Amino acid sequence: MSVHPGPPADASAPPAMLPLVRPADQGLGELLRELGTGLATVVQKDLLVEWRARAQLVALLGFSVVVLLLFSFAVGPDSNVLARHAGGYLWLALLLASTLLLARSLQVEVESGALESLLLAPVRAPAIFYGKAMANTVLLVIVAAVALPVDLALTGAQIQQLPPVLLAIVLGAAGIAAPGTFYAALTARVAGRQLLLPLLLFPLIVPALLASVKATSLSMAGDPMGQLPSWLALLACFDVIYWSLCGLLFEKVVET
Amino acid sequence: MSPLASAPAVSVRDLCRRFGRRWALARVDLDVAQGERLLIVGANGSGKSTMLSILATLLPPTRGTLRLFGMDPLQDRLAVRRRIGIVRHAHGLYEDLSAADNLRIRARLVGRSVDVPAALRGVGLDDRTEPIRTFSAGMRKRLQLAALELESPDLVLLDEPFSALDPAGCADVAALVRNLPGTVLMASHQVERASAICDRAILLDQGLLRWAGPASQAAQAWKAVQLEGSARPSAAAVTA
Repeated sequence: MSVHPGPPADASAPPAMLPLVRPADQGLGELLRELGTGLATVVQKDLLVEWRARAQLVALLGFSVVVLLLFSFAVGPDSNVLARHAGGYLWLALLLASTLLLARSLQVEVESGALESLLLAPVRAPAIFYGKAMANTVLLVIVAAVALPVDLALTGAQIQQLPPVLLAIVLGAAGIAAPGTFYAALTARVAGRQLLLPLLLFPLIVPALLASVKATSLSMAGDPMGQLPSWLALLACFDVIYWSLCGLLFEKVVET
Repeated sequence: MSPLASAPAVSVRDLCRRFGRRWALARVDLDVAQGERLLIVGANGSGKSTMLSILATLLPPTRGTLRLFGMDPLQDRLAVRRRIGIVRHAHGLYEDLSAADNLRIRARLVGRSVDVPAALRGVGLDDRTEPIRTFSAGMRKRLQLAALELESPDLVLLDEPFSALDPAGCADVAALVRNLPGTVLMASHQVERASAICDRAILLDQGLLRWAGPASQAAQAWKAVQLEGSARPSAAAVTA
């Protein structure tokens, strides 16, 4: 029998944390291939999970439509005001829908312990992050694809330039998805996560939201002053920052 | 033969883990040889799951050293993880997907090309195409073991593999576990059943390693420790 008298004497010793993995002993090509395989599998898996549980996606689409309806009722019958703010309504509907989508995206992993399975597979944390963020971007674009025609119908707005609108939607969705995925992972294991996620996410994405609304509204109005490229560039810059920082920090969040 | 090839599958020294002010594990020393089957017994809260989570590299130890197959998980986390498979209370599968979808995803993640229908046939789930949220506890456990077989890990960690199963389900799972290759560490309350498929056992009690010996004597040792009652030493009592 092996009996120990108690815990270590140095109770205040700092815990020995696992350091980040340094891929120094791995070739760059092999590392990229491994990241790419993990990322592609996570994207495929997330989209498959959403497709199999498509009732929830349909509910999300319904939610975004209801939000747009509420905006149009709240503003009233003034068609000029409605048309002028059509871009803003669209993005607010997408933002509210995104909190439900993003929270679910990580809840699926955490509740069943699937996130640990991914880490043990082993899939590198950045591959998990970028895979999930890409899948969430695709899903947000799908929500936008349904919400946009409804928005146009309700507000009476018209799209003068379609490609910039589509670009703004993709960039804006990416701008919500990356920090949203990060914060969803951060709050997935805590009580009150449904409240915490928007509380953390909304202030962070204000610049991207502003740029998305401006780019969408200018595209709808035909961009009379030629400001659209600047807003799109600004949006792309925010995306680069969000995707880089969140990708770097994600490992810290999931490996604790 | 390289030194790593002959290294113990698990070697821990002075392993400790603290949650807040409570020591879940304290000063555990343990060696498990490659190919050995070790049973970990102990009451709820004795540190079994904590120990398995540390061995799976999912939880960092507060202090102590850990070597898996001679490798330090601090340095070679991904290499170590490639050799580990774990079955926990949380099944780690996707509820909205079918058993075949789950296995296909797992195979892709671990980079194996696998005959999914054959793998499902092996656990008697080849005729089930519905989402696994409709599965019974036994079916989920069998699917978890099928996923584990697919990964063919060198070190298998099983946390209560018989929980929530009826006697027939327990027998099925025991048969599957018996056929698992590699080193197996199994935490279980079902000492009689689990000891029949293990070589050696250890007993954890309130975070301390209290006994180690042949698996056949595990039930007896546990009864003896329980009879000691509150007089027995504990990590929590010493820190209070």
